[in-house]
Amino acid sequence: MTHQFPPLSPEQKKALSDIAQRIVASGKGILAADESVGTMGNRLQRINVENTEENRRAFREILFSSDASINQSIGGVIFFHETLYQKDSSGKPFPALIKEKGIVVGIKASTCTAPLAGTNGETTIQGLDGLAERCAQYKKDGADFGKWRAVLKITSTTPSQLAIQENANTLARYASICQQHGLVPIVEPEILPDGDHDLQRCQYVTEKVLAAVYKALNDHHVYLEGTLLKPNMVTAGHSCPKKYTPQDVAVATVTTLLRTVPAAVPGICFLSGGQSEEEASVNLNAMNQSPLPKPWKLTFSYGRALQASALAAWVGKSENKKAAQEAFRKRAQINSLACRGQYVVSGKTDTAAMQSLFTASYTY
Amino acid sequence: MTHQYPALTAEQKKELSDIALRIVAPGKGILAADESVGHMAKRLNQIGVENTEENRRLYRQILFSADSRVKKCIGGVIFFHETMYQKADDGTPFVQMIKDKGIVVGIKVDKGVVPLAGTDGETTTQGLDGLSERCAQYKKDGADFAKWRCVLKISDNTPSALAIMENANVLARYASICQQNGIVPIVEPEILPDGDHDLKRCQYVTEKVLAAVYKALSDHHVYLEGTLLKPNMVTPGHSCPTKYSPEEIAMATVTALRRTVPPAVPGVTFLSGGQSEEEASINLNAINTCPLMRPWALTFSYGRALQASALNAWRGQKDNATAATEEFVKRAEVNGLAALGKYEGSGDDSGAAGQSLYVANHAY
Repeated sequence: MTHQFPPLSPEQKKALSDIAQRIVASGKGILAADESVGTMGNRLQRINVENTEENRRAFREILFSSDASINQSIGGVIFFHETLYQKDSSGKPFPALIKEKGIVVGIKASTCTAPLAGTNGETTIQGLDGLAERCAQYKKDGADFGKWRAVLKITSTTPSQLAIQENANTLARYASICQQHGLVPIVEPEILPDGDHDLQRCQYVTEKVLAAVYKALNDHHVYLEGTLLKPNMVTAGHSCPKKYTPQDVAVATVTTLLRTVPAAVPGICFLSGGQSEEEASVNLNAMNQSPLPKPWKLTFSYGRALQASALAAWVGKSENKKAAQEAFRKRAQINSLACRGQYVVSGKTDTAAMQSLFTASYTY
Repeated sequence: MTHQYPALTAEQKKELSDIALRIVAPGKGILAADESVGHMAKRLNQIGVENTEENRRLYRQILFSADSRVKKCIGGVIFFHETMYQKADDGTPFVQMIKDKGIVVGIKVDKGVVPLAGTDGETTTQGLDGLSERCAQYKKDGADFAKWRCVLKISDNTPSALAIMENANVLARYASICQQNGIVPIVEPEILPDGDHDLKRCQYVTEKVLAAVYKALSDHHVYLEGTLLKPNMVTPGHSCPTKYSPEEIAMATVTALRRTVPPAVPGVTFLSGGQSEEEASINLNAINTCPLMRPWALTFSYGRALQASALNAWRGQKDNATAATEEFVKRAEVNGLAALGKYEGSGDDSGAAGQSLYVANHAY
């Protein structure tokens, strides 16, 4: 353990670092369009659209055929496996459509959760088997980054030491394998917002989880400059009676990150986790306005919080395509301003934007 | 483990954080004057002076009678236990002399290294017994920070996992106890420069050691904003045939820290190891002009590298006292500049020429 066996050459490191920097370049964040078939089903059901492969394709086409100027706000798009091999109406593969706008293509690499026996309903994530071969193939097929989501939950007895350590370890294994194949790993240790715990409790748990994640990444010899972190913001549980301001969330979140995330990590792309579109933007903005130091970029990797309005505008009708694209473009631009702390809340209450997107015990 | 039992109140945290920030205020570093009786024997023998309590007192008096010029460049002084209770010729307690200059008083609290059975000559550090009571007393007697030194060595099969884990754990216990008593812990995991290993090897080991230290500090609920780190710079071993520039040392050191030391830590105060006075200053300066982003203060906590010239000028002669003090002040000012990246070097190692010698960070 005292001798180094370098996992990456300087060229490999530079390639990974460059990809990561491109994704989180100033004012840019990530569109998480990697909903699994089941999760897309939930989304489509809300707008009364049938969950067919064509409908999933059609909706992603709406997002991906946005005008190229979307690349001012979007640095990366995360794909689901099915979507990576779909094409637009003119026959152009979706990855090509994204890449020609100068946006980096990513792929969800984890499969699904598996229970941890002997715990209080806790889980780990599957997907390590054959991951090296899958990564090599995804890289050939246009992907430059991967995403792996681990899930933890706060209750009176969780997350347990085992859940923290096991999820941190699988995240590190995944990250190590990705880097061997030229993919930047986005490390996502999501602590669900379910529960009635307060802000302090979420902060405490997030600090412990992130400390374990970075120790595991170090143990597994992961090159931090070629990774990104996708954490939850530090917020109170959904059923917490106490209300907190965006500034409270910002200070708790940034403090947590300062205590656990090494400065070598180029960017932190928050998940929106059930927050409404507007909430997710306002909170991100508050973080970027906070006077606390921020040695990493603080940006977004939003799924629901970037797509809710677009879905509501589309409702499955092709004649609504432009309206849906405009709704998406608007949210993307707002979040781009939020990553620079420049979002001035308009005061208009856009129903879809304000609607809480919380789904209990959110799983893919 | 999911519930927090806060170790410190908000007031206690603020006090610790304020002390730490005062010590590493811009342009300031630490005078490590905490040599034990045995250690002082070596220093005094080298200049032909007998190791008596009086001579040790006279020598520290030379350092502590420095004029107000040191206020700008010395933020803290580390005392040895004996020295805490000594006085100047005019009866002024040393502690008071230091505090009157607005400098924070610190105390070495460890009790030296002891062997780890079953290892290849590795050690841990003792001193935890009764540490809480000792800290409480030192706080009453004027100390606001403490220092505890752990030692690791690079050889073919060291440092071992046990040595890293045990030393990290003992450092975290010490830190936790200090904070309970209003004392800022300086955490010192020194990796000795002995050996023929190259710069990369030292960087690798330093990263592993520091990752373990910060995981242990997190596990022990230590408040990072109220701590300081005293690491070795990343350098090749003393008998390494390859020579490296200050810029290479700076890049390797800052890279290692960026990968392991959370930005919440207010300052990193390097030990000088076996470096000469000039080497220690030049390297510190290069560290502060390194093009990588540095979220903590990077300054000095030097013993030999601040005192060598002063000792030589004194040689135990009362008449030489003023000249000796002057030598110390000179080195203190030079290191104060180095902590700001403004030291031009005594010879032709000018800062501007050095800038272009930084090797691309992907090579580290």
